[in-house]
Amino acid sequence: MGHSITQKIFNSHLRDTPTPDNMVLDLDVVLCHEITTPIAIMDLVEKGMDRVFDPSKIKAVIDHVTPAKDSKTAAQGKIMREWAKRNNIKDFFDIGSNGVCHALFPEKGFIRPGYTVIMGDSHTCTHGAFGAFAAGVGTTDLEVGILKGVCTFRAPVSMKIEINGSLQTGVSAKDVILAIIKKLTVNGATDRIIEFVGPLVDSMNMSARMTLCNMAVEAGATSGLCLPDRVTAEYLWPFIKDEYTTIDAAVEDFKKWHSDSDAEYVEVIEFDVSDLPPQVTYGYKPDHVKDIPEMEGTPVDQIYIGSCTNGRIEDLRESAKILKGKKLASGVRGIVTPATPGIYSQALDEGIIKIFMDAGFCVLNPTCGACLGMSSGVLAEDEVCASTTNRNFNGRMGKGGMVHLMSPASAAAAAITGTISDPRKFLV
Amino acid sequence: MKTFGGPAVLLDRSDINTDEIIPAKYLTEITKIALKPHLLEDLLLDGKPFDSHSKYMEEAKVVISRANFGCGSSREHAVWAFEVNDINVVVASSFARIFRQNMFNCGILAMELSEDDINTIFSMSGDITLAVDMENEKVTVTSSDKEQGDLECSFSLNAYDKSLVSGGGWLAYAEANY
Repeated sequence: MGHSITQKIFNSHLRDTPTPDNMVLDLDVVLCHEITTPIAIMDLVEKGMDRVFDPSKIKAVIDHVTPAKDSKTAAQGKIMREWAKRNNIKDFFDIGSNGVCHALFPEKGFIRPGYTVIMGDSHTCTHGAFGAFAAGVGTTDLEVGILKGVCTFRAPVSMKIEINGSLQTGVSAKDVILAIIKKLTVNGATDRIIEFVGPLVDSMNMSARMTLCNMAVEAGATSGLCLPDRVTAEYLWPFIKDEYTTIDAAVEDFKKWHSDSDAEYVEVIEFDVSDLPPQVTYGYKPDHVKDIPEMEGTPVDQIYIGSCTNGRIEDLRESAKILKGKKLASGVRGIVTPATPGIYSQALDEGIIKIFMDAGFCVLNPTCGACLGMSSGVLAEDEVCASTTNRNFNGRMGKGGMVHLMSPASAAAAAITGTISDPRKFLV
Repeated sequence: MKTFGGPAVLLDRSDINTDEIIPAKYLTEITKIALKPHLLEDLLLDGKPFDSHSKYMEEAKVVISRANFGCGSSREHAVWAFEVNDINVVVASSFARIFRQNMFNCGILAMELSEDDINTIFSMSGDITLAVDMENEKVTVTSSDKEQGDLECSFSLNAYDKSLVSGGGWLAYAEANY
């Protein structure tokens, strides 16, 4: 029996097998942010173990609430800052250079095919887009990762989702993953790793692949990943050009991670997206998904465009295409947060920020902020948000608020109509 | 080995997520104890707010729920919020991976029972108490309603998870082994 990409990554990083079902892996990168890391840092300090296993393999950012909104968030930032300095962590991103972790770290070239990656953040699965095994963990796993460079996972169980067909104009990776979560349900992939394959995935850029992998956890998956190919190599080229003579050589080398043709999958799902309409969530679970035409006309109070799911330049372009020359509907608030300073800067260069501002949007600095109801756009009771984020849980963006998850194009359509609207109408 | 069990509070819903267990606005706390008053603050059961400060909650050592408990955010704050409220076992028919791992990493018990057993527990009248026999992987569910017979169920715990629970969690295990 052949091996899946995940088995290959696990086998090449195996430190220990305390039982046949539990595998302790060596980690290539440990990612840290200011919400889940400070308690780990404080515990290490208290135990006299304020060390890191390898400062070059730890990447840290202040991203969830930045700039700090109050004394408590300021203290979290301070703990991170001082810890990074003390432990010689060079890749630490503070105000001015900080951005949403799952957009920033890939942009810096930190994630490579075949890597093992953890972070104290459930959307770490985003990095699976690079053909890495990347998983969200809690603070104790993070703490051990920082200290020892290891993490334990159950022996991998993979499922394959083969995505065929081509997307209609106005339909994007977000719609695909929402439709997949609807099919799988919120625990349909629990304790599994989803391999996203097929012609549609092959044709996707890295941004779209990250959107796809980002929400694998919403179906319960340990991670989601794509096989590393030419698209991956071209994205990473500035960072790997000293390691390979040509992009072709990198593409060839990446194939060593590809799943064998006789690898074992617990489930294989084929999904044709050719007729897929734009998707939207309607309840408090990410598998409460409907076709946008079924929800058309539902009024919204706020539009939120950003996050680790859909805050990349490709996402902002998708929204701007619809917003260009238009205004926010009367009484609707618009917030856009480009996910990194690099994206922000590029959006400025491309005139996208001006389109948002002319439409009446508030342009925020890169931050996670309102996605999880922490800052910068929290909802009041009974308010409704059309959002490009990843979770619609009760209270997620503010107690008593309702979040409708959708694509950047759909959020832009909602912005100009003030109601949930089909973006395809604005793209003819 | 520490003992697990005690009076239980029943949360009759699947897919209870960690935002409901502890809302993100409290993630700015840098001590675990500060989470104590906010456990299950945003939980809805049957669409209605759950009373997270009832006498049942005050006395509870055990939480019993249904499928996919602890889904969503990776925040270990959800486990700590139980811990600082003296909850030492969470029972469900299934758990989300990260929450389950966080429980074992903290040396407390995430116990999976069959859906049939969970259904039986939810159908029992009176106040429910759980006694856990870790050694034999058995659990006895008793009701304050004495007309109601005890329910004996078995659970299984992976040997590695068991060693985390008995050895005080993942940090201690990793420090000893790696």
